[in-house]
Amino acid sequence: MTVTDVHKDTGAGTLTVVAEYNASPDRIWQLWADPRQLERWWGPPTYPATVTDHDLSAGGTVRYHMTGPEGDQHHGGWDVVGSDRPHRIEFEDFFADDDGAENTDLPRSRTSVSIDDVGGGITRMTIETVYGSPEALVQVLEMGMEEGIRSALGQIDDVLAAQPV
Amino acid sequence: MVVDQLTDAEIDRLFHALADSTRRDIVVRAAGGDLSVSALARCYPMSVTAIQKHVTVLESAGLVRKERRGREQIVTTERTQLATAHQVLDELEAMWRQRLDRFGEVLADLAQGDPT
Repeated sequence: MTVTDVHKDTGAGTLTVVAEYNASPDRIWQLWADPRQLERWWGPPTYPATVTDHDLSAGGTVRYHMTGPEGDQHHGGWDVVGSDRPHRIEFEDFFADDDGAENTDLPRSRTSVSIDDVGGGITRMTIETVYGSPEALVQVLEMGMEEGIRSALGQIDDVLAAQPV
Repeated sequence: MVVDQLTDAEIDRLFHALADSTRRDIVVRAAGGDLSVSALARCYPMSVTAIQKHVTVLESAGLVRKERRGREQIVTTERTQLATAHQVLDELEAMWRQRLDRFGEVLADLAQGDPT
């Protein structure tokens, strides 16, 4: 099984997905660092991705578009916040108009990717995405430091679990 | 998808509203039963006006509804909208699961094509 753990925090708007692969961190990194390999898994089969710009260094930008069955194109990209080959990439997702200019009406999400050798030829990849506005992101990141907040977030999920809608 | 039904501004408001600890606490308290704004204000070291503002943010995100009952304003949590916040994350999870499965397939393909 590829995905080994998933954690969701509704209150914070965060999603963490952990996957393990029988491959070295270098090989995992290649699937991010080689645009042709990235294209093979980023978009769903019905909306394959074409990567047009690709700079994974800190401050760099990746641009892509996904092409739908009707030939419709959906543009997007990442602003790379930080990267440390082959262990870490952090980027902000953005959506773009047809000419590739960022559509600032749409919220960004920030994703950090950690690639760790856990022994036995297994590499663990942890993807953490924070969903929300930039202001909310900052707040969420600051909140994450505080103990006691977690219980409040847990309570929200308890409310949902106790009385499903 | 829920993400398609909600505008991005709505998703933004939803998570912004939930990004504050007092507002999250209000959502939890008001889920248990009807609470007046003045009763809520007694739970926090804040003025009624400050609580009123938090309730307004929650209301515009659709997370609570406010009704006037006599001289009181009653706050009730909208569970459906709270569940929506959860669903947005569910969809994001489904997207990443599919993506990471494809990631594994690409890795396996590469391994097969690798002479070592």
